[in-house]
Amino acid sequence: MHYRGIFPRDLFSELERLQRELDRSPSIRGAAPGYPAMNVGTTPKSVEVYAFAPGMTPEEFDVQVENGVLTISGERKNIVPPEGATIHIGEHFSGRFRRVVSLPDDIEPNSTTASYHDGVLHVCVARREAAQSRRISVQ
Amino acid sequence: MNEKVIKRENASEESAAMRPAVNVVEDATGITLYADLPGVPKEKLSIHVEGDNLILEGELEINSPPNMEAIHAEVDLSRYRRVFTLSRELDGDKVSAGFRHGVLELRIPKAEHAQPRRIVVQAT
Repeated sequence: MHYRGIFPRDLFSELERLQRELDRSPSIRGAAPGYPAMNVGTTPKSVEVYAFAPGMTPEEFDVQVENGVLTISGERKNIVPPEGATIHIGEHFSGRFRRVVSLPDDIEPNSTTASYHDGVLHVCVARREAAQSRRISVQ
Repeated sequence: MNEKVIKRENASEESAAMRPAVNVVEDATGITLYADLPGVPKEKLSIHVEGDNLILEGELEINSPPNMEAIHAEVDLSRYRRVFTLSRELDGDKVSAGFRHGVLELRIPKAEHAQPRRIVVQAT
């Protein structure tokens, strides 16, 4: 899986995407994928989680790391239309949400940082410095 | 020069884009459109009116570490694009916009002649 915006798109990944969209069997929680949409990546020093949750304020998020699991939850309030107004299209998610990511074993839960920018919550969980592979010289 | 511009426009129309989720609310004096565009900085947002079409476009800018390896991606395109057709009574020249925490708020007023007028019923 990759960010298609960064790497060139190829026919196979496009087909795979189509397939995924067609195959999606309805889940008991509804056909829609979880909210907020999330991207997860790793670097040797961290796990990076991006949650696409617009229209919030930083205080409205609850971010927790517990037992190797990262939980992002909160509530998106509905826009209240003025009296007498008609809602023509209402696609925005509103209400409570909660998403969970299991983290690798080598994380340092105490050095987790979170920031909210342009409607994207970014959580960075540090990983323990990987034990440097040392070369053992043969005497 | 013109041709170059046209080519670039075509290219941006062809490349795959996500459809931003919107709420559209109409009141007596106009329409308010709210579009979810998380990950788009203000500078990468473009709103334009071409004839009857209102075109919303935005490019994502996620500053992930350069050595990051993506292991799971639900947002796997780098653009949003959505086109709406404006009905005639809307005044495309007077669109105003605000953008905060990834939500665009567009106000499209109704043209002067389409504003509601209350007719007072006279008692005789």
